[in-house]
Amino acid sequence: MKTIDASNMHYRDLNAVVDAESLKEKNLIIKNVYGQRYIGRGLSCGIKMSVYGVAGNDMASYMNGAELEVFGNAQDALGNTMNGGKVVVHGNAGDTLGYAMRGGQIYVEGNVGYRVGIHMKEYNDMKPIIVVGGKAGDFLGEYMAGGVILVLGLNLDKDEDIIGRFCATGMHGGVIYLREKQDPYKFGKEASKVKLEDSDISFLKKQIGVYSKEFNKDLKHININSFSKYLAINKNPYANMYCVY
Amino acid sequence: MSLNFDFPDFEVVRNEKNCNKCKVCVLECSNKVHFYDENKKTLNVNNSKCVNCHRCVVLCPLKALTIKKYPLEFKENSNWTSRAIKEIYKQSQRGEVLLSSMGTSNKFPVYWDKMLLNASQVTNPSIDPLREPMETKVIIGRKPEKLEFNSKGKLVTEIPPQVELNIPIMFSAMSYGSISKNAHEALARASSELGICYNTGEGGLNKDFYKYGKNTIVQVASGRFGVHKEYLNAGAAIEIKIGQGAKPGIGGHLPGRKVGKDVSSTRMIPIGSDAISPSPHHDIYSIEDLRQLIFSLKEVTEYKKPIFVKIAAVHNAPSIASGIVRAGADAIVVDGFRGGTGAAPTRVRDNVGIPIEFALAAIDQRLREEGIRNHISLLVSGTIRNSADIVKATALGADAVCIGTAALIALGCHMCQSCTTGKCNWGIATQEPDLVKRLNPDMMYKKLVNLILAWNNEIQEMLGGMGINAIDSLRGNRLMLRGIDLNEKELEILGLKYAGQ
Repeated sequence: MKTIDASNMHYRDLNAVVDAESLKEKNLIIKNVYGQRYIGRGLSCGIKMSVYGVAGNDMASYMNGAELEVFGNAQDALGNTMNGGKVVVHGNAGDTLGYAMRGGQIYVEGNVGYRVGIHMKEYNDMKPIIVVGGKAGDFLGEYMAGGVILVLGLNLDKDEDIIGRFCATGMHGGVIYLREKQDPYKFGKEASKVKLEDSDISFLKKQIGVYSKEFNKDLKHININSFSKYLAINKNPYANMYCVY
Repeated sequence: MSLNFDFPDFEVVRNEKNCNKCKVCVLECSNKVHFYDENKKTLNVNNSKCVNCHRCVVLCPLKALTIKKYPLEFKENSNWTSRAIKEIYKQSQRGEVLLSSMGTSNKFPVYWDKMLLNASQVTNPSIDPLREPMETKVIIGRKPEKLEFNSKGKLVTEIPPQVELNIPIMFSAMSYGSISKNAHEALARASSELGICYNTGEGGLNKDFYKYGKNTIVQVASGRFGVHKEYLNAGAAIEIKIGQGAKPGIGGHLPGRKVGKDVSSTRMIPIGSDAISPSPHHDIYSIEDLRQLIFSLKEVTEYKKPIFVKIAAVHNAPSIASGIVRAGADAIVVDGFRGGTGAAPTRVRDNVGIPIEFALAAIDQRLREEGIRNHISLLVSGTIRNSADIVKATALGADAVCIGTAALIALGCHMCQSCTTGKCNWGIATQEPDLVKRLNPDMMYKKLVNLILAWNNEIQEMLGGMGINAIDSLRGNRLMLRGIDLNEKELEILGLKYAGQ
């Protein structure tokens, strides 16, 4: 276990220290993080890192298998083009979380911003998962091409919605699970609600289990059957739009 | 719909006297224009399917075929041309967006042809490149403000990462998916032999081509296809694609039918899935955001790779270029509106953007005025048709050029502009295995090598004629150019004197 003090460090220096230390030590702690960017970028399998403070933009970008745990909030673009690994955020996270994410899992205890899971994709056994404890902003799962987004909608006020508008606009792959049914007007025309299958139920149970364990929460009150599932209507949504000239 | 007003664009003419019915034309045409009638024992054509790619004409052993423009004319009308009418017929048939390939076919001025080069006479003698040293190597990347040395004469200034090009030419970004694997292999091997670079486009890097890494520019675009740490570290530089000359403001879309097993594994998306690159990068809404992406790429490559940013030439390109320099990029690639593409909405291709000559001159001028031209390399593309265009681009301020269409023509492209169909008879813009194997990379990469070496010799001759022995000395030297058939405003933007001045 190695502790790095990030106070007054530029991100370039901090990340260079993390690179150097991760060669010697697989368990790292970074204390006093104040928005430094790119923490854990490209970090490989076998490394576990705890981050205390506010993680800056592009945390875990291109990450390749490491495990990060943030005790605080994360800013924008967490998990940008992430290839594998796991990120747990004990707080909220910002916009474009999981942009073009191709593998791994991101668990956010609280809320997330706009355009979360945009252009998420999957390939063979790489199937990224984003689990959000609270609510998500507009354009959730925009251009989504693969993977899974699950929004639990915990601890919301009566007038708060679990998602914003334009959810799943341009979706052409992947799955979105939302707790409780949502008004159709909030969705792009490319997604449709489908029935929950047994495999969905077991997936949801498993992920809710992971969430409650990671954040130490009792979620027994959640009714699995209250979830709704959304899929892309078409894998090739624009196939008939063009003629060759 | 029963009544279709459309009619063929071309007519296939068979000289029956020469034809021995060998049926090579039937075998070779992926569009199924030629077909054999077993009962009547005749070879027939369906003109409607012909795209005028010349495959049958070139391969016909007895040269019995020609292709002509379809002779049907409308009543002459300068406003309602045949093309305007046919476009309406097509769009009213099924309500579709017109999609075109390669660069615009509309008649716009080509300003390269309105610039003339200088040569030495009597004073400042010309140089003979056949017998005297002549440097055409360029080094692409951010250059430091000044160089500092310690007391022992050792350089202490940290030099940002650079890419060396033996010849100031790169192959433009063309993805595996839009073009075939064999075409990519030809580009990669030619680059390797020439000491220049080709560009993956947004299609990922096939595992078979990692060995050409030091001659590869890897691209990151809005869809992030095939982008991961190993890919980013595999090339000589990384290019962030913001836009493309043929379709400024428009993203990309590789239809699922072109995503076979190998394209799927290179792009890391499921087989048959559409590969949609959104129009913007959704993490870039400002110069500051661009800086964030540039530095995320620098971070993940340990600051060892130059980062290029490619934009389409648009109205306010100079201010954008200034922003790109300040965002920390190492090179700007500007693609003019006559540039090629695998597919673009026709209206966008033919109406959006500005010519590369103006964009180049304006950007170079703006960066000089701001005192930041030396911070960055400037690469241009979008109808670089020959070596003279390259020399003129250099004199206007370019560090190097990128060629796409010219390279494809060397590989056998016949400019039928039908790439979107995926049925390229020359094995270039197709993923169908039977068509792909028509392009033999062992043979065709040499054509690219020949072309670039020929152009390099020509560049040296033109430089020598001007009394210049290194292309670096020509860069931005607009006194070596004169304008012809240009108005005052055009001369002003290009920064040129008129011929005779």
